[in-house]
Amino acid sequence: MSISTFDCLGPIMIGPSSSHTAGAAKIGLVANKIANNNIKSVIFYLHGSFAKTHKGHGTDKALLGGILGFDEKDKRIRHSFEIAKERNLEFKFIEKDLGDVHPNTVLIEMTSNENTITTIQGTSTGGGAMEINMLNGLNVKFSGNAPTIITVHKDVPGVVAKVTAVLAEKNLNISTMSVLKDESNNTATMIIEVDKIFDNSIKDLLLSKIEAVNKIYLF
Amino acid sequence: MNFTSGKELLAICNKKNLLISEVMIEREISQFDLTKKEIFSKMDETRTVMEESIENGKKDSKLSFTGLIGGEAKMLHEYYLKYNTISGKSVLTGVINALSVMEENSKMGKIVAAPTAGSSGILPATIISTAKRFNISNQKINEALFTASAIGYIITKNATVSGAEGGCQAETGSASAMAAGALVELLGGNPTQSLSAASFTLKNVLGLVCDPVAGLVELPCAKRNALGVSNAMLSADMALAGIETKIPFDEVVEAMYRVGKKMHPDLKETAEGGIAATKTAREFEKRIFK
Repeated sequence: MSISTFDCLGPIMIGPSSSHTAGAAKIGLVANKIANNNIKSVIFYLHGSFAKTHKGHGTDKALLGGILGFDEKDKRIRHSFEIAKERNLEFKFIEKDLGDVHPNTVLIEMTSNENTITTIQGTSTGGGAMEINMLNGLNVKFSGNAPTIITVHKDVPGVVAKVTAVLAEKNLNISTMSVLKDESNNTATMIIEVDKIFDNSIKDLLLSKIEAVNKIYLF
Repeated sequence: MNFTSGKELLAICNKKNLLISEVMIEREISQFDLTKKEIFSKMDETRTVMEESIENGKKDSKLSFTGLIGGEAKMLHEYYLKYNTISGKSVLTGVINALSVMEENSKMGKIVAAPTAGSSGILPATIISTAKRFNISNQKINEALFTASAIGYIITKNATVSGAEGGCQAETGSASAMAAGALVELLGGNPTQSLSAASFTLKNVLGLVCDPVAGLVELPCAKRNALGVSNAMLSADMALAGIETKIPFDEVVEAMYRVGKKMHPDLKETAEGGIAATKTAREFEKRIFK
């Protein structure tokens, strides 16, 4: 990816730290979108430097702000604790060693109003950039910079071709794609980054057209 | 249109008789499929956030969450209004603005990472206070910010602007280099002079370590931003006087990167060395994270 003017002069963000505040808000916001903004309670497991300095850097406020749907330049981040309480969103921060991962890593466990649990693990990699490296226990890797479609499907032949055919039909050009298999339950996860924004109808289209697809996450 | 080094940038500028900002704007259009109007409207937003952060930080004496900084921009401003100062109008108004942005940053205010949050005071403070003094238009300020980003881009591409990777020289040093090059163009200097100014600033702080107390972007970061402003202004004046860098910009950037690589990890944002490892800093750390 080429470096732009606004990578050098940016991001526009709520301080004080691009890696501990802006990157954290971005991880929270991706989690919010993955959970489709349906979150009753959330637990943040903070690792390494996130665990050590989250108070001084406002990492906690930024993560929670993201969960509330605020981006890294939204001033409401400063008041995210109060806003979460107003919205009856329960939240908890737990310092935890997540193993051999980057120091600025957080594991987020979200419970929906229907009591389903979604977990997502993200790392703030510096300068406000981040990557998601785990989704519901599966290893994944995406940056959140491009519009992304994630499918969880039965690991049977032909699914990749069927999904890409639907995307082609919608005139969506794929920029990156990866497929990860989980042999323990015969499922696969596919992460597709596309080069233009799609509308949410793509979700229903994929679910209705391809029987093997169990779940779709969009953001 | 694209370039990956100072040398290539100067070659394009000279061949087509363009300013650095003009080349950077052309590059942005060709690389990211944007119109000139879209790019300038984005820069307008960026500049507006910069201006607001300058105004907001010095408004009050509120301390940061940790109490380590805050109120110092206001203090310096009052001193400047009252006394005949040593550093004088141009440097001091710049420094007041830089401290202001850093205080706003530490209070979870809105800022532009330029190129990082830890060095976010230098560029806005230098450019906007100088533009005010010389009555320069917002359009010209926007253009100067493109010049700054061209320098930031070359450093990012060939070295690093991250304190964790290259120390403070890479972070506030790069911000000052960006500011110095932009100042030169703002005051009518040519592209070669811009890169000379950028080279001076980087050379002046080569080896500067990143040693934030308690790992937070406050101490000594805010004062390093103050230094960055004066470094950029002095370097721009030297370049505008016709003094040329004897070592080309690209080689200075490479030297900075090599120094950064050799720097011990304790001195690269981990808060294990330098000012962060002093007895008093450790006491602050204990108090903050108790």
